[in-house]
Amino acid sequence: MVLYLKEFKIKWGMVIDLDRCTGCGACMVACQAENNIAPPVDASNKRYSLTWLLVYQLSNKQPYPNHDVAYMPRPCLQCGKPNCVPVCPVIATDKNQEGGIVSQVNARCIGCRYCMAACPYHARYFNWHDPVWPEGMEKTLTPDVSTRPRGVVEKCLFCHHRYMAARDKARIEDRDPNALAEGDYIPACVEMCPTGAMVFGDLENPEHKVHKLSKSPYAFRLLERLNTKPQVYYYSKREWVRKQGDNYLEHETVGGV
Amino acid sequence: MSDKELWPEGVQRCSLKLFIAWLAVIFAVLAWGVYAAYVVWSGGLIVTGMDNYFAFGLYIIFDLAVIALGAGAFFSGLLYYLIRVEGLKNIINLAVIIGFICYSGALLILTLEVGQPLRAWFGFWHPNVHSMLTEVIFCITVYMLVLTIEFIPIILENRKLNKIKFLHHMAHNFHVIMPLFAGVGAFLSFFHQGSLGGMYGVLFSRPYAFREGFFIWPWTFFLFILSAVASGPGFTMLVATLMEKMTGRKLVDFSVKALMGKISGTMLAIYLVFKYLDTWAWATGILPRSGLTFSEVFYGVAYGKWLLFSELIVCGLFPAILLLNAKTRNTPWILYSACTLVGIGVIINRYVQTAQTLAHPVMPFDRWYVYMPTWAEWAPSLAIIAYGALILSLAYRYLPVFPQERKLNQA
Repeated sequence: MVLYLKEFKIKWGMVIDLDRCTGCGACMVACQAENNIAPPVDASNKRYSLTWLLVYQLSNKQPYPNHDVAYMPRPCLQCGKPNCVPVCPVIATDKNQEGGIVSQVNARCIGCRYCMAACPYHARYFNWHDPVWPEGMEKTLTPDVSTRPRGVVEKCLFCHHRYMAARDKARIEDRDPNALAEGDYIPACVEMCPTGAMVFGDLENPEHKVHKLSKSPYAFRLLERLNTKPQVYYYSKREWVRKQGDNYLEHETVGGV
Repeated sequence: MSDKELWPEGVQRCSLKLFIAWLAVIFAVLAWGVYAAYVVWSGGLIVTGMDNYFAFGLYIIFDLAVIALGAGAFFSGLLYYLIRVEGLKNIINLAVIIGFICYSGALLILTLEVGQPLRAWFGFWHPNVHSMLTEVIFCITVYMLVLTIEFIPIILENRKLNKIKFLHHMAHNFHVIMPLFAGVGAFLSFFHQGSLGGMYGVLFSRPYAFREGFFIWPWTFFLFILSAVASGPGFTMLVATLMEKMTGRKLVDFSVKALMGKISGTMLAIYLVFKYLDTWAWATGILPRSGLTFSEVFYGVAYGKWLLFSELIVCGLFPAILLLNAKTRNTPWILYSACTLVGIGVIINRYVQTAQTLAHPVMPFDRWYVYMPTWAEWAPSLAIIAYGALILSLAYRYLPVFPQERKLNQA
């Protein structure tokens, strides 16, 4: 129960370059396939669909020819100070393991949805339907990821099963599982991104690219002033994009260069 | 054929046929609610108006509202059994029964609200001591037990049951220890009413609901307690009045009603002082710190500023003045109107704390959505009202709920 910022020696995080993201949606598809998210019953209704990673479209709201857009992939931001964790009445979600990933225990969740109410990023999804895969499609299920029943809340876990697999591999190869090299563990969305907009690694490790990128003056976090301390950073050289990362009053200036 | 032998001594009731016809109406509404419950359990919450944006909906708003309005039970119990406000003796039975209805009704609705009802007991088995909801789960359940214990002696005082020696003594002994349960009930209700408010106040990433804290509790913890004790006694009095209108009999002396109105008015005035301070601190502190302006957190008709105005002025300041003034308070229609406004005010408060909190787009590029409950949410809510009418009808017909009834109707 995180009522304060929890620090970890290893802190897995992401830096997403919004100037590179084309909004192709490959990350969303990769996430759906990797994490056994069943095909939606009615894909036209986004308010009932499960998309652990959702791509938002941002606009500078200027008329042509000054109109500009950006695409913002939003996985669970794995907050350093997550609001969802202290509110859960049954400890179905927690942030207490090395790596700083906010966990979700599906078999413990009672489906009260208090965590959804707490999350300002809409990163948590309720399972509205019984998950059903068309005949034959069950062969594509990822064996390391449990399927979730109707009535529980689910979320992006940075493909935690891949983290476990990478640690196992390191052990077998007689390497330290707590000192994974860059590229040993990456989530499916990062692997699939065709433009290289998504970079993944240990935010605390100076040898990892994300460490340096997160410290860039162009890097920002969503809703920084709410103090949730996300482990996902966004990156953009466009000021209006950085400005849309948080609510700014008219007289306030945005960070960066 | 009549069931006259079961009526309390010396009172008059309608014919059994008429009573059965009334029960048939109640059971029709109940049946609709039970069907809706079946649809929700078998088909899932997809049949409700809730979605990925609205994690909470009418079930929670209804629960919060009835629990606030049911606060007449614990607060009247506290005032009568512990502080010895003798006038409340004539309405305390009704307050207990309304409390029982409100809490058991809220628990029934909650079985629909959770996505995994069969795991609902996990709240006791794997409690997260940091969660306000855990506190709510524990307090609401234990207080429900306390209300049941408080209701039992009223049932045992049925004319027939009371003739059984064992039950007669049992009822007497229950009465002797009732101050203890009134104290326990007040303690439990105080904390869970507060925790319901705390549930919203701790949402530090939802600027509409988030509040600063006093020790470990956000302001909303105390505001929910105060608004509940302001609306609960008035609601109890209104139910008594409604029963009088329906049965055509005088049940409670007007002086008792005016006393309940005075309690409501006093608590409302205390609540409003803190509520105004809270609203000011929120608008000038929390909102600008979150990068928001006062106007930005309101939207359209469903989440308009008119709700805040209605809650704080029309259903707040206005009835408080009417209830604190002895002259207006002692005019029946003004008393009833003022207490109705107080009840509406607390319902508005529970609505905005739930729906508006979730509808407000916290991310700058997000948008407002409007929550609309479906029939599958209205039906169980109405069924709970019918369930309350059923308990009250049976209690009124067969139990000595109103000690003054005989005297007031001697003509």
